[in-house]
Amino acid sequence: MTLRKSLVMLLYLLFVLVPIYWLVNMSLKSNREILGGLTLWPTAPTLDNYRVIFTEPSWYTSYLNSLTYVSMNVVISLLVALPAAYAFSRFRFLGDKHMFFWLLTNRMAPPAVFLLPFFQLYSAVGLFDTPIAVALAHCLFNVPLAVWILEGFMSSVPKEIDETAYIDGYTFPKFFVRIFLPMIRPGIGVTAFFCFMFSWVELLLARTLTSVDAKPIVAQMTRTVSAAGIDWGVLAAAGVVALLPGVAVIYFVRNHVAKGFALGRV
Amino acid sequence: MSLQLDGVTLTMHGETYIDNACLTLEPGSFNVLLGHTLAGKTTLMRLMAGLDRPDRGRILVDGRDVTGEPVRRRNISMVYQQFINYPTLTVFDNIASPLRQARVARREVTRRVEETAAMLGIDNLLDRYPQALSGGQQQRTAMARALVKDADVILFDEPLVNLDYKLREALRHEMRKLFASRHTIAVYATTEPAEALALGGTTTLLHEGRIIQSGSSDQVYRAPCNREAARLYGEPPINLVAMRRRGQECHIGKGALPVPSVWQTLPDGDYSLGVRPHHLLSVPAAEAGSPGRQSGSAVDSAGEVVWRFPAYVRVAEISGSETFLHIGHGDLEMVAHLEGIHELDVDQALTMQVACRRLFVFDAEGNLLLSPSAPQPSLSRV
Repeated sequence: MTLRKSLVMLLYLLFVLVPIYWLVNMSLKSNREILGGLTLWPTAPTLDNYRVIFTEPSWYTSYLNSLTYVSMNVVISLLVALPAAYAFSRFRFLGDKHMFFWLLTNRMAPPAVFLLPFFQLYSAVGLFDTPIAVALAHCLFNVPLAVWILEGFMSSVPKEIDETAYIDGYTFPKFFVRIFLPMIRPGIGVTAFFCFMFSWVELLLARTLTSVDAKPIVAQMTRTVSAAGIDWGVLAAAGVVALLPGVAVIYFVRNHVAKGFALGRV
Repeated sequence: MSLQLDGVTLTMHGETYIDNACLTLEPGSFNVLLGHTLAGKTTLMRLMAGLDRPDRGRILVDGRDVTGEPVRRRNISMVYQQFINYPTLTVFDNIASPLRQARVARREVTRRVEETAAMLGIDNLLDRYPQALSGGQQQRTAMARALVKDADVILFDEPLVNLDYKLREALRHEMRKLFASRHTIAVYATTEPAEALALGGTTTLLHEGRIIQSGSSDQVYRAPCNREAARLYGEPPINLVAMRRRGQECHIGKGALPVPSVWQTLPDGDYSLGVRPHHLLSVPAAEAGSPGRQSGSAVDSAGEVVWRFPAYVRVAEISGSETFLHIGHGDLEMVAHLEGIHELDVDQALTMQVACRRLFVFDAEGNLLLSPSAPQPSLSRV
């Protein structure tokens, strides 16, 4: 029984990991070997492709650009969503329920809908081709999600905790930072993770709102066709490098998200 | 310091939560707020604390109006029914938090936290986190945090409800000791009359958002000002029976009895009688003779009038060495609290009696006219 179970598990892992293995495999081959025929592992392993990524400015700057606007977006989303979620979870005000739902409707529209207004607006105010432009555009999708996730976590903290803190003499900011935020740390972890994921993989807005200076890695990867054809090896290496931040984020938040993926609504 | 509520009223969503509450809490007093759930105990405490703001009325501390003052600036503490501690802080830091906010010197903080923790028997748990504690220990931590800062007012909102019976007894016993030597005003909300009696001090009865009576615990028990107060302060609640006086006869149900000497001052009219469950006695069949169909009277050895009436057993609940007997008499339902185990069948006919001098008499509006002249047999038996 356990053997059969572990077999299923192994097969599952195999299917999941095959594309990733193939990507790593390709990134370590030369273009000739990639196009030459089927080899299950690199016959002549080479790091040339990675050397290209880390030495050619067009590659590594696009990589840094992506990281820049993604971190900006995560920080802005959290800074905006934390107070908003607190308000939704703690106060009753006119239209609070409608507003809360309306937030989510933002996510129901495809990003392409917002392409034209963002492009025109950013061009007009001179934000075009800057990392902050992409970060702000992604906020439109990430802030509602962040508010929803955080509200769930905050509502699971009894209101009496807030009151006890005031009784103990905490001011609101002090209470929020010292007592409240540590209590919803898993929620913040999950929220940051979701914001990161969306922003990191989003291609359409990121590509349209940038041209040269702030070109993201995903856009750079679509522009590798040269006169000599597609540079498969470099593209694969870029893909591997693009996976790494996701892996790193998962690694750092894994302890916080275990509970967090229930979105606080346990 | 003293705390005074002056005509405090709170309305939310068109509903009155607290209606014109006037109350003075003396320095160093132990005050019990007794009322059913939804009577407004928690709301009243929140108003005292400054967590909610009254629509009308003032809250005075030593005669100074503090109505609008935020809770942070008032020197109060509060213990909730749920066990509220900061889960991310250790027990030590939890208890120390009010002191640290008040910028007490580090060494002093350590000394006071350790002292308070020792008083509540949690000094061996100081470096644990609240989640790793049992319910009783968590509530002790919350209580320690409330006690450590020498607050002027300490509010306890049914703090022992979520604890098991044994722990509750123990903690309740400690409560009184903790406050014996303090100048703090303690306010303790509870739904249980037995708890209110056991804690003693001042009792304030709350009913549907109104304060109906306030006074020393046994004074309120002996002379509840009206029917609501009498029903509130007693478990099982006092039985109420309609009585009509006509000349030298009192009519109860279908029966009649001569007017007892203690009721001679009452003019003709309608009254209701309050019968404490433990004053109802079951008369042995031999003495009662054949159970009559009507209620009547007898005269006991001391020459007092006794109301004697036939009744049917609805339910006999036996709890340990006592029996709670639910009986029916005509359209009247009553509960009797009898000593000893009485195994009685449903619908069994009984003769019950109660001495008239043990009865409370309320007028038609429900206000107390006469309370039993004899001292209560024992206060522990509620």
